[in-house]
Amino acid sequence: MGSTSTRNNGEGLGRRDLIKRSAALGLITVPTMSFLSACASGSDDSGSKDTSKGKVTKDNPFGVAKNGKLEVVVFKGGYGDDYAKAWEALFAKKWGTKTSHLGTQEITGKLQPRFNGGNPPDVIDDSGAQQIKLDVLFKGGQLLDLQAVLDAPSVDDPSKKVSETLIAGSTDPGLQGGKVVSLNYVYTVWGLWYSGKLFKEKGWAEPKTWDDFLDICKKAKAAGIGGLAHQGKFPYYINLLIMDLIAKTGGLDAMKAIDNLDPKAFVGSDAAKKSIEAVYEIVDQGLLMPGTNGLTHTESQTRWNQYKAAFIPSGSWLENEQLKQTPADFDMKFLPVPLLPGSKLPFEAIRAGSGEPFIIPTKASNKAEAQEFMRLMLSKEWSTSFAKEANSLTILKDGVDPSVKLRPGTQSTVEAVKAAGDANSFNFLYPNWYSEMDVAIQNASNELMSKRIQPAEWLKRAQAAVDKAAKDPASKKNHRA
Amino acid sequence: MRKGQYRFVAGFLLAPLALYLIFVIWPYIQTFGYSLTDWSGESPNFKFVGLDNYTALFHDDVFKQAIWHNVLLLVFIPVLTILISLFFAFMVNVGGRGGAGGVSGVKGSNIYKIIYFFPQVLSLAILAVLFQALYRSDEGGLLNGILIKLGLVDANSPIEWMNNPKLVLWCLMVVIIWHGVGFYLVLFSAAMQSIPREIYEAALLDGAGRSQTFFRVTLPLLWESVQTAWVYLGIVAMDMFVLASTLTPGTGFGGGPDHHGEVIATVLMRNFLYFGKSGYACAMGIVMLVLTMIISVITLRATRRERIEF
Repeated sequence: MGSTSTRNNGEGLGRRDLIKRSAALGLITVPTMSFLSACASGSDDSGSKDTSKGKVTKDNPFGVAKNGKLEVVVFKGGYGDDYAKAWEALFAKKWGTKTSHLGTQEITGKLQPRFNGGNPPDVIDDSGAQQIKLDVLFKGGQLLDLQAVLDAPSVDDPSKKVSETLIAGSTDPGLQGGKVVSLNYVYTVWGLWYSGKLFKEKGWAEPKTWDDFLDICKKAKAAGIGGLAHQGKFPYYINLLIMDLIAKTGGLDAMKAIDNLDPKAFVGSDAAKKSIEAVYEIVDQGLLMPGTNGLTHTESQTRWNQYKAAFIPSGSWLENEQLKQTPADFDMKFLPVPLLPGSKLPFEAIRAGSGEPFIIPTKASNKAEAQEFMRLMLSKEWSTSFAKEANSLTILKDGVDPSVKLRPGTQSTVEAVKAAGDANSFNFLYPNWYSEMDVAIQNASNELMSKRIQPAEWLKRAQAAVDKAAKDPASKKNHRA
Repeated sequence: MRKGQYRFVAGFLLAPLALYLIFVIWPYIQTFGYSLTDWSGESPNFKFVGLDNYTALFHDDVFKQAIWHNVLLLVFIPVLTILISLFFAFMVNVGGRGGAGGVSGVKGSNIYKIIYFFPQVLSLAILAVLFQALYRSDEGGLLNGILIKLGLVDANSPIEWMNNPKLVLWCLMVVIIWHGVGFYLVLFSAAMQSIPREIYEAALLDGAGRSQTFFRVTLPLLWESVQTAWVYLGIVAMDMFVLASTLTPGTGFGGGPDHHGEVIATVLMRNFLYFGKSGYACAMGIVMLVLTMIISVITLRATRRERIEF
């Protein structure tokens, strides 16, 4: 064991060398340690470090300083992330801000350590399969109250507040504990979808009642294609159909009973019983697209694009998501969920609301920039830019320049929104409030569609999920009137 | 050794030991700490709740079901993988009966060795994509496509492999075994090649057949490799996260249908990231750690045998 140092020749490792080496080791280990603890829940840095020093004026309600910084992270899913890059360029032009951008599908993986470390980005589109659940973030005190943005003067008409320029009720899904903590920016419509071309070819009319709907499913079966396709691997989608049917049959009270965790939300609710039995009839009569219970959203939607099924449930992101798979003459059309006899809501009633939650963390370092960014998102210029890049509507009332030509599916949603009006648009809130209950009901729905349980058992399991959520003390904070 | 040399040795051990402490032991300690809290996973604020998470685990049917699934996997994955790879390794190395008195593998054994190793080259993520296409639940799936063409399955009711509570675990098992056999084939091959040929030749001269040679000569001499394989495969069976979470149905890391495809890791991740019950999930992690350790100890003890020197 030789050391090359002549001084220590023959003595093994010298003391001085050992000290030097351990010091070097220390240099490596000490930063690693602090890095590690930053990973978990190390720092509790509650002091906000807002760096902006700009003057607060009517055009600059948050006091943004020139040449600041802004970090934006968006979910790069059905809408892509080009729209956000376009916005950031506009923002940088206006304020000279140095913006940094990340478009990703792994919101949780990328951002959870940063939330725990107390250094989250400034604006986040917290969406997708790996979104960080909003109820969880809210409980942790991580979300900035967005009331200041909603009360700020609108960019297009400074005499109005931002909130007055939005579609009624569109900020409701962002409510947690009575505060708007997420801006659900995209105006989404949920329901069934079909191909205008296929229906024209076969001479089928748009079904307005459940019987007509089943009739078309049967005719489709006879023609050798499936009636209803759904994204069975993710039972979220079939729940859209089930829950919409419950809301339309039993009216808004039936919907609120579920959101408010009523002990009779499912078991003992006539609307829920009638609806789930109606959905089960599709299964029982063999009207599903073969194999659809095990398919992913991409697989089943692509099958539907290949005319292998008449209907599929989804939200209005469907058209943008399926852009590449949709034949040019497919003529995608939206369909409100058809009615059961004695329904409380009219056929035109739709689940509509805002999706794609944008949030500002309480611990963001550039809050003024973030709030100004959000205010600008709600301007006609930015909203039109979004419609162009992402083929979807925003919550800004008349938010799209009429000169922009929309695709057939998006156009049909515009008409559906108009037909429904504010009075007949509804939206469930429980998926944002109670993720565990949502997943439990989804599991039951998957069992029902696979014919492993009967409607009575589905009702029992859904009610059990509701009752379990009601036991959580945190659920007391949420209530809708 | 002289005094200075201890220091020299210690200097070398310090770095690996420190890395081990920082990256392995410290996270375990932290996880245990969090398992005693109601941490949501998204906030630095949490309360100490004692052993509440552990008592809740005892009443969690989904978690108990997941443990049971891991136990099943733990039994079947090592047994089947080891049996299949032992058989192949034997055939490839000493199973041949050609040539004059030589001990060699079956014809073309070198090509087989390479082919069997192919799956091992693929990462688990790629496996998941491959098998998703294989198990696809309509006529577009490889298995269903073939079965429908052969007329064994009705095109109107294809087999929903991953959406079938009775099949889902077995389907996952097949993937892991298919993936693992190649690696253990190579491991056992290496061990077999170190067995002196004279022993085989002696067995041949005594008129031993293939199966006798295998059970009386090869297996006892391979025992240490089998033991190692068992521990490794046991750890694989306790994990299974990547495949279960991507291939099985259900929102938030799969586990379906209706928890029939659940393993501890999927329940853990769903609670950790999706339900905001990270403290509770950490308790699951600790239970998983304890189980894995118990299994390793049992396996090593139970398979302990006298060592044969050669």
